[in-house]
Amino acid sequence: MGVDTMMASTSGPVSMGTSIIAVTFDGGVILGADSRTSTGNYVANRVSDKITSLCDNVYTLRSGSAADTQAIASYVQHFIAQHQAEEGDQISVKTAASLVKMMAYNNKDALQAGLIVAGYDKHAGGQVYSISLGGTMTPAPFAMSGSGSTYIYGFCDKHWRDGMTQQQAHDFVCRALRYAMTWDASSGGCIRTVTISASGVKREFLPGSEIPPTYGELGRDRVVA
Amino acid sequence: MSGIGTGYDLSATTYSPDGKIFQTEYAQKAVDNSSTVLGLRCKDGVVLASEKLVLSKLLVEGSNRRIHNIDRHVGVAVAGLAPDGRMVANRAWDEAASYKRVYGEPIPGHVLCERLGSYVHMFNLYWSLRPYGATMLVAVYDKNGPALYAVDPSGSSMRYFGTAVGKGRQAAKNEIEKLKLADMSCREAVAEAVKILHKVNDEEGKKFELEVSWICDESGKQHQRVPADLLAEAERQAKAALEDSDMDD
Repeated sequence: MGVDTMMASTSGPVSMGTSIIAVTFDGGVILGADSRTSTGNYVANRVSDKITSLCDNVYTLRSGSAADTQAIASYVQHFIAQHQAEEGDQISVKTAASLVKMMAYNNKDALQAGLIVAGYDKHAGGQVYSISLGGTMTPAPFAMSGSGSTYIYGFCDKHWRDGMTQQQAHDFVCRALRYAMTWDASSGGCIRTVTISASGVKREFLPGSEIPPTYGELGRDRVVA
Repeated sequence: MSGIGTGYDLSATTYSPDGKIFQTEYAQKAVDNSSTVLGLRCKDGVVLASEKLVLSKLLVEGSNRRIHNIDRHVGVAVAGLAPDGRMVANRAWDEAASYKRVYGEPIPGHVLCERLGSYVHMFNLYWSLRPYGATMLVAVYDKNGPALYAVDPSGSSMRYFGTAVGKGRQAAKNEIEKLKLADMSCREAVAEAVKILHKVNDEEGKKFELEVSWICDESGKQHQRVPADLLAEAERQAKAALEDSDMDD
C-alpha cells in the first residue's frame, strides 16, 4: 500500500499510491495499472508506466515506493537473464515470481514494495502471483494491490469469473481500474494494460479522456453502462 | 616403473605428446574395472540397475549403497570408486537443494548434469587434486520428461537412451542396443535390466546382489527402489533365461 503523507508537501518519498490488477483468462493473463505517481499531494508523473517487463513472458506490476520497485525489477531482470542462459529455456512464471519474492523477503527491513508478477509459460499457462510487503508470495487466479485496490474488492468479487475470454478479462480489468481511479486520490491518469499469452505480448493504452465516468459522478439524468 | 604413460602421467596438469591427460584416463580405468552399472530410458521413465559384488559373508545385505537419491525427481547410480561417487552425489544434492531454494522449482536434468560436469571437470585442472574415479548415471524426470545422463571422470556429461559402465559394459551395451526402449515401459525395462546384469556377470561362483531403482509415472515421478516383488520376479525370469541359454549351449 502506498504511503502518502496527507500534507501538501513535495518532499515526501516518491510513492505509487496505485491501483494495479492482474487477471488470468483462458489462455493467458492481463495486467492493468493506473498511471499516477505522487509525491505527497504533488503528482510527479501522471502518465507513468507501472507495468515493467522482467523477461519476454513475465511482467510485473509495481506499487509502493517507486525507487524500491524499480530496483527490485532491475535486479530480477538480471537474475532471470542469467538463469535463462544456464537453463537454455524460457523461465517459468513461478520461478520469476520466486526471485522477486526472494528480493522482497531478504530485504524486508529496507523495502516498501508490493508487486504482482504475472505471465505465461508453456507448462502452466497464464499465472498470477501476488508478493506483498513482507515477501509473502501467493498464487491466485487474479490479484490486485495498491491503495486503490481497497475500493474495488467488492466489485472484483462480484464480477470476476473463472475461464473468461481475453476480451472479457480486458473489460473486467478496465472497469475495475476505472472505479479504483475514481475513488482513490492517489490513483488516476490513464489505464495501461499488457496482455501476455502464447502468441506474445500486447500493450494497450486507454487515455484518461476515454475512461467513462462512473455512476457516482453523473447527474441524475445521465446513464452509462 | 615403466608403464603406458611413463613420465607424462604424474599429474593432471601434464599433457602427453599425443594429447592425452593420463591421470584422467587412469581415473576412467577405475570406473572400467568396477562392477557393472546400467541405465535405461523408457517411454515413461528411467531405470537404473547396479551389480554389487558381495565381498564378505559378514556384510549386511543391502548395505554399501551405490544408488542415491538426489532430489525427489533425480536419482544417481555410481560406478567406480564408491567413496568418490558419494562425494559427487553429495555435490549433486547440494546443487539440487540450492536451485530449489533460489528458483522455487526442482532442478531440470540438463542444468544439474552441466553443473556436475563442471564440478567433476575442475578436478582435472589442478596439480593438487586428483580426478574423481567415478561415473554417475543420472536418472531425471522433470517438466521436460524423463532423461538419462552419464557424467564421467573427465567431466563430460552426455545424454543417453541407454548405457552401461563398468566391467561388463561392452556386453551390456550390446544387449541394450537390441532393446526397443522407446516402446518399453519401466516395468518391462526392470526385467530386461536384471536379465542383462545376470548375463554379463562373469565372476563365476562369487555372490552378487542387485540394486535397482526407477523413476517413472508408476512411481509417481519419484526416484525410488523398485518394489521388492517386481525385483524378485525379474530375478526369477533372469535366472530362468540364463538356464535356457545354458541348455542351448
